[in-house]
Amino acid sequence: MSFILIVGAGRVGSTVARTMLANGHDVSVLDEDPLSHERLDSGMDTTWEDAGGRFTLGHGLEIDALREAGIEEADVFIAATDGDNTNLTIAQIAGKHYEVPRVICRVMDPARVEWYAEQGLHTICPTSYAIEMFERALEEV
Amino acid sequence: MYVVIAGAGKVGWNLARELMSKRHEVTVIESDRSRYLTVEQELEHAIQYGDATELWVLERAGISRADLTIAVTGDDEDNLLICQLAKEKYLCERIIARVNNPRNRQYFELLGIQPAVSATDLILRLIEHEVPSYGTVHLLDLRDEQLEIIEVEVPEGSPVIGRRVSDITLPDGALIISILRDGKGFVPKADTVISDGDEVLLVLDPGLEDSITEQFASDRRDAA
Repeated sequence: MSFILIVGAGRVGSTVARTMLANGHDVSVLDEDPLSHERLDSGMDTTWEDAGGRFTLGHGLEIDALREAGIEEADVFIAATDGDNTNLTIAQIAGKHYEVPRVICRVMDPARVEWYAEQGLHTICPTSYAIEMFERALEEV
Repeated sequence: MYVVIAGAGKVGWNLARELMSKRHEVTVIESDRSRYLTVEQELEHAIQYGDATELWVLERAGISRADLTIAVTGDDEDNLLICQLAKEKYLCERIIARVNNPRNRQYFELLGIQPAVSATDLILRLIEHEVPSYGTVHLLDLRDEQLEIIEVEVPEGSPVIGRRVSDITLPDGALIISILRDGKGFVPKADTVISDGDEVLLVLDPGLEDSITEQFASDRRDAA
């Protein structure tokens, strides 16, 4: 069982959060929008907290918010806000400053993914997947 | 010198003007279309429209031949990443980043983005300079060169009052370079005697500041 901190609970972040919680992990979510808390609750029988999840309201660059959300104890850090630049910054901080063992960062811009991957950052680029899917779908055209 | 400036706000625009008037070659990158159009009327070809955190935008601006990259957008993450790319991917020799929120300064330091300039910190320093009760003022920090210049006020009751400069034992790496007395500065000699209310300027290796401040501090506090 791992302690997973997810920053940014949009569609992706919140779904990953619920899945990880269901898989028996400790999951803490940090988001600056209270709506994202409701998103976590939706589709569950109980509230996010009753199911064992943690939620902290705050921005991913605020050190106090990151601490409150448990960055110092995290085994896994997921940067999944809607901003590439925020994700790239906080992912590097989680890895370099807080020494979180596993850091995964969502980056929409494929051009930068390549370079940051070379620097040792574990990145996921939804845009690259979309491009690949489109190209595959268009193969028969 | 070729300078790339990210962000055409008040800071970026005026920096560009100044640098161009000193005959430097400048390219400003601005991501807000209407701001770009406004500034473009003056800077013309020296401004480009685009998001400076995107590689192709930086490349179009000629980042790889830039001697200096300055990131002065209103967004700290952007400034940090622009400077990181300039320095580490495009091997630009000198970078300057603006820190909008001084609480983010630590992140710039952590990721090796130096110098990072924060208006709030600059104003705080000015306040320190204007309000002598703060005791020690940082006048200059040369991080790369590993030197600092500080100003220490000699308070009433300080153990250095009445002593000659040559009799004050400073730690290695610290040197008294000037004394301000009655609004005038002079370079002290070995036999210059320190007076109450003097402001002493010292050049230091980094990390010596606390011991110097202690050495000049008043004894009264302890006696009271």
